Amino acid sequence: MSNLDLAPLGDRALLIRLGDAIDEATHRLVRAVTARLSERPVDGMIEIVPAFASVAVHYEPSRVPNGSHRGSPYARFAAAVETALSNLAGETLPPARTVEIPVCYGADYGPDLGEVARQHGLTADEVVGLHTGATYRVYMLGFAPGFAYLGGLPDEIATPRRAEPRTSVPAGSVGIGGSQTGIYPLASPGGWQLIGRTSLRLFDAGREPPTLLSMGDVVRFRAVAPDELALAAT
Amino acid sequence: MICRVLHPGLLATVQDGGRHGHQHEGIPAAGAMDELALRIGNMLVGNDERAAGLEFTLVGPTLRFDEHALIALAGADLGISADGTPLPLWRPVCVPAGMTLSATSAVRGCRGYLAIAGAFDVPVVLGSRSTYVRAALGGIEGRPLRRGDVLAIGAPSELSRRIGAGVSEKRGRGRVAIARWGASSALIPFYTSPATIRLLEGEHARLLTAESRERLWSAEFRVGAQSDRMGYRLEGAGLELSAPTELLSEAVAFGTVQLPPGGNPIVLMADRQSTGGYPRIGEVASIDLPLLAQLKPGDRLRFRPISLDEAQRLYLAREDNVGQARAAIALHHH
Repeated sequence: MSNLDLAPLGDRALLIRLGDAIDEATHRLVRAVTARLSERPVDGMIEIVPAFASVAVHYEPSRVPNGSHRGSPYARFAAAVETALSNLAGETLPPARTVEIPVCYGADYGPDLGEVARQHGLTADEVVGLHTGATYRVYMLGFAPGFAYLGGLPDEIATPRRAEPRTSVPAGSVGIGGSQTGIYPLASPGGWQLIGRTSLRLFDAGREPPTLLSMGDVVRFRAVAPDELALAAT
Repeated sequence: MICRVLHPGLLATVQDGGRHGHQHEGIPAAGAMDELALRIGNMLVGNDERAAGLEFTLVGPTLRFDEHALIALAGADLGISADGTPLPLWRPVCVPAGMTLSATSAVRGCRGYLAIAGAFDVPVVLGSRSTYVRAALGGIEGRPLRRGDVLAIGAPSELSRRIGAGVSEKRGRGRVAIARWGASSALIPFYTSPATIRLLEGEHARLLTAESRERLWSAEFRVGAQSDRMGYRLEGAGLELSAPTELLSEAVAFGTVQLPPGGNPIVLMADRQSTGGYPRIGEVASIDLPLLAQLKPGDRLRFRPISLDEAQRLYLAREDNVGQARAAIALHHH
């Protein structure tokens, strides 16, 4: 792949742009680049941060080898990254895991479920049916520890954020914000419409890996009763 | 050895070189706001430069060590003294057992650092001891220090022992001993307001109106009251995009300048989220991040353009200087 779009992100990071939309083809490229750089780290690299349509590589300029190239650390690092990413088409993607999230919908767990249903002229059960019927993809993690940006929300239940964000949303809350759905990993302020809650821990610093979801995972939601939710947590 | 917190000051946290390797999981890097000050402090007491120290904000702490301690203060001058003896910045200092360190308030700069031989021994969480308060990670229970906290100090390195022996050599017991040497003035940034901060033009600066693009370089910005370890809000010169823009979230860096819809830029600092979706109009040159970290709400700054080549050339030159200082300390204590 010789036509890589590389650009500096300040003087200690580089951004590899792989597209300009959220779609499956771009996502596969993001995964391929992430997999390749994880397998074959480039000298000076600190960490890789994949996103919807780009992969950032943070690096330490003083640890980029001189080699035969006399350019700036960025020029040398970018050249090494290009080399590492050659023949990307041959990269086999790591198999995607499927993670099932048990969710207790409605009532105190999802105080906005009725409002979401009302806005779309659906019943609460129909909203739950659409939310659990879809298959979602973790396009990236960001915003907060363990927060997964999920693609795949059915258009029928895409719902604008609340006019007044809540000052505190409990950890595990499942929400809809525009065309996105997601799970709050930690208690935090938030403006998404809350439709349910899971007892799974999206983030646990004492666990390896610390996040329940990883970029590339396939996610499905399953509706459960409150007592089953408590069991899932143990 | 232990360190007792008699009073934490305004905001004191344990910070080290940062939590790297977890940003792809949405976990912020955190770490010292003024990375250079903490590194130099650590170097002066014979620690690894990325070791855990304390970061104080505007108002320093009151602390007591139960044993004789080799420390170095760096960054902002918070007027710290030991039982009434003023302590210098940027020099190794031996403080006798039981003395009380206390502070006035920031004389210059915003964030002061205390490095101690052996470093602060709090649990390592995801590869770092840095405190990230929003997710309660690192430090002491993931929170700022409180009155009554007790911090354990690790075992000093051989180099730390030699530096300590050299500093306390000619002093009677029970007195503060100050090294005759310290970090060279060439290594120490001069913290001022208004500050001139060198900025690499960001990918989305082209989306600014012509007038706003000009104002980015000519305006004097004020550090807003809402500024913290996560980011600095810059007020006083609203900037506008030529058209509303929807961008996909992507990675950001320490020093990325974002432009949210309100028009007041935000500079992302140590506790920044790993990714962001606002236009990136610039990235602060790494060599000037320490100057920025030492600005407090109400302080002022201007941006000056710098090329990537120049920013990296200056960065490498600074790293050379740091490396030479490190080598000199090792050589003199061999």
